[in-house]
Amino acid sequence: MSVPGAWYLVLAAALFTVGALGLLIRRNVLVMFMCIELMLNAANLTFVTFARMLGDIGGQVIVFFVLVVAAAEVVVGLGIVVAIFRRRAETSADDLHVLKG
Amino acid sequence: MVHAAYLMAVLPLAGFVVLVAVGRRLGDPLAGWVGTVAVLGSFVVACIALAGLLGEPASARHLSEDYFSWITVGGLQVKVGILLDPLSMTMCMFVTGVSALIHLYSIGYMKGDPEFSKFFIYLNLFVFSMLLLVLANNLLVTFVGWEGVGVCSYWLVSFWHERDSAASAGKKAFIYNRIGDAGFLIALFLIFSKVGSLDVSTVFAHRSALGSGAATAVALLLLLAAAGKSAQIPLFNWLPDAMEGPTPVSALIHAATMVTAGVYLLCRVNSILELSPDAMWVVAIIGGTTAFVAATIATSQQDIKKVLAFSTVSQIGYMMLAVGSGAYIAAIFLMVAHAFYKGLLFLGAGSVIHGLHDEQDLKRMGGLARLLPWTYGTFLVGWLAIAGIPPFSGFWAKSDVLANVYAKSPALWALGVLTAILTAYYMTRLFVLAFRGDERWAAGVGDHRTAPPHESPWVMRLPLVILAVLAFAGGILDLPWVHRTGFASWLAPVFVHDLYQAHEGDGLQVILGVVDAVVALAGASIGYALWRRKVDQPALEPAFLQRVWYWDDFYDAVIGRPGQALARFAATVVDGRIIDGVVNGTASVLRKSASGVRRLQTGYVRNYALGIAVGLAAVIAFFISRVWWS
Repeated sequence: MSVPGAWYLVLAAALFTVGALGLLIRRNVLVMFMCIELMLNAANLTFVTFARMLGDIGGQVIVFFVLVVAAAEVVVGLGIVVAIFRRRAETSADDLHVLKG
Repeated sequence: MVHAAYLMAVLPLAGFVVLVAVGRRLGDPLAGWVGTVAVLGSFVVACIALAGLLGEPASARHLSEDYFSWITVGGLQVKVGILLDPLSMTMCMFVTGVSALIHLYSIGYMKGDPEFSKFFIYLNLFVFSMLLLVLANNLLVTFVGWEGVGVCSYWLVSFWHERDSAASAGKKAFIYNRIGDAGFLIALFLIFSKVGSLDVSTVFAHRSALGSGAATAVALLLLLAAAGKSAQIPLFNWLPDAMEGPTPVSALIHAATMVTAGVYLLCRVNSILELSPDAMWVVAIIGGTTAFVAATIATSQQDIKKVLAFSTVSQIGYMMLAVGSGAYIAAIFLMVAHAFYKGLLFLGAGSVIHGLHDEQDLKRMGGLARLLPWTYGTFLVGWLAIAGIPPFSGFWAKSDVLANVYAKSPALWALGVLTAILTAYYMTRLFVLAFRGDERWAAGVGDHRTAPPHESPWVMRLPLVILAVLAFAGGILDLPWVHRTGFASWLAPVFVHDLYQAHEGDGLQVILGVVDAVVALAGASIGYALWRRKVDQPALEPAFLQRVWYWDDFYDAVIGRPGQALARFAATVVDGRIIDGVVNGTASVLRKSASGVRRLQTGYVRNYALGIAVGLAAVIAFFISRVWWS
């Protein structure tokens, strides 16, 4: 038996919501990063699901692009996180509001 | 021979270039000699050209040569070339001759000046510009020369620009001249729009295209130009102030040559002037009035150079009067004679000033006859010449003018005779105060006057002697009984018409001449009687005349002060409030709105994320609602 496509979509939406809420609520930079990854992967899941349901390989191709971009983004983001750690021994995003206008 | 005439202008230009390049290295006095030789060469070329021109028959004495094309724009063709005819030849002769003498004189006068070579740079450039003005066969090129002499005059008046008075006198001269120059330019535009050319010969050939209205306008605009350059009412105030320049400059530019350029211009365009009898009347009245007004002022000035300056204004007024009466030949005759005797008088005054260690106040001179014998002797000749005592040149020139004016209008003639009395009077006053009477120079403050007055070196005396000879004998150019064969017949082809005492018989002319002589003697006797003993006579020097008829005060009140008020208004209100207000207002509006907006940038990442989420939600809601309602 196969799982219906709608379930995948619901799962993806749930993952996305968790990611978005986490991003808004948590202060720890690392956790916020993981939330972003969660949202990206929710989007990936949606792409793959639709590719499968509609029989269009394009959706799966896009996932590869997203993975590549996400990897690059993680590299930059973790670089920033390391730089922040060097300056101060905590990872709260709110401590970094010196860039405010 | 005649075709080499352009060398006349080229030589001073070459002198100018050489002096600009190496003048400072040549130094004092070598730079002066270079300048003098350049102008002397120019005089020699002028003599050769004169001989060539005299060799031609009268009808063929007209040479117009183009050398290169300067401007070609549409219908406007401006070619640089020379026009050599008896009028420009006469001008060239005395311009180069007097210039050469004054260059020579300057070597002595400017000795020891730290800017010695610069002085000769300006002088050579001036002579070049003046010759360009005189020789040009295109009115636009004439205008270039006109501006050239103007700017040289400015530089030379303010030559000692460390002195405030000299700097502001230079500016004054320049601004007054600009007013006249504007008239010249507009006249050129008018001529070009009506005739389609600025070439002198073409314009005169097609002058009927002007019509009487435009001809009057052109004539009056050129009169404005001439009034600026030649210091006539209402633009005469700059000339007395221009005496701040070194005395050779006063002699060369502000007596002999540049200030007569206005008269030359009007003579040059005589055929246009003739188209408008009204304009002729205006010229005559302005000239006569200026002659009289300036002569009255000259009676009350204390500064020896100021007396001579107002005298120059007055004499040029005579020339204008002659031009307005259609007596161009008489005007040129007086111009030449005036160049001799006024150049002489200025150089003599310079010699006195030099000898007295820069004292210019007549009241602190006196008794110089014994100490400066050469200056005294030559000045005597100049005095008698300008006073109009026969047989000196001034008498012949002035009576030539007055006889012609009598034919035009007896009223103007009476004004001229009155001016002649005043002329003889104020020159006698100057002469007596400077050379006769007590030696008042010793009584002055004794700082620099310890050395007694001394006679000038030979480079200064030689020009004095030559000019004295010319001032004495200049009259033979045009004695009344050789009118038909001499100077007059030489110049006659240039002028469309010469009112040569057309209405007067010989008897009347003799009577007029006798009147002139009597008037001159009377004026001189009055002056001698009044000023022989007493030096301070306030009754004879009313403040009204000392203050130049309050003319400067009038301009100050009518133009100067309102102008300053306007400038102050522009500075404080227009600039300070309106313009600065707009600029500063823009900045402060931006700053205030920005300080409101910057609060949005909190620095908290979650706020941005929330913003993105809300925005996303709004976009999605928008699209959903569109689907929903459609």
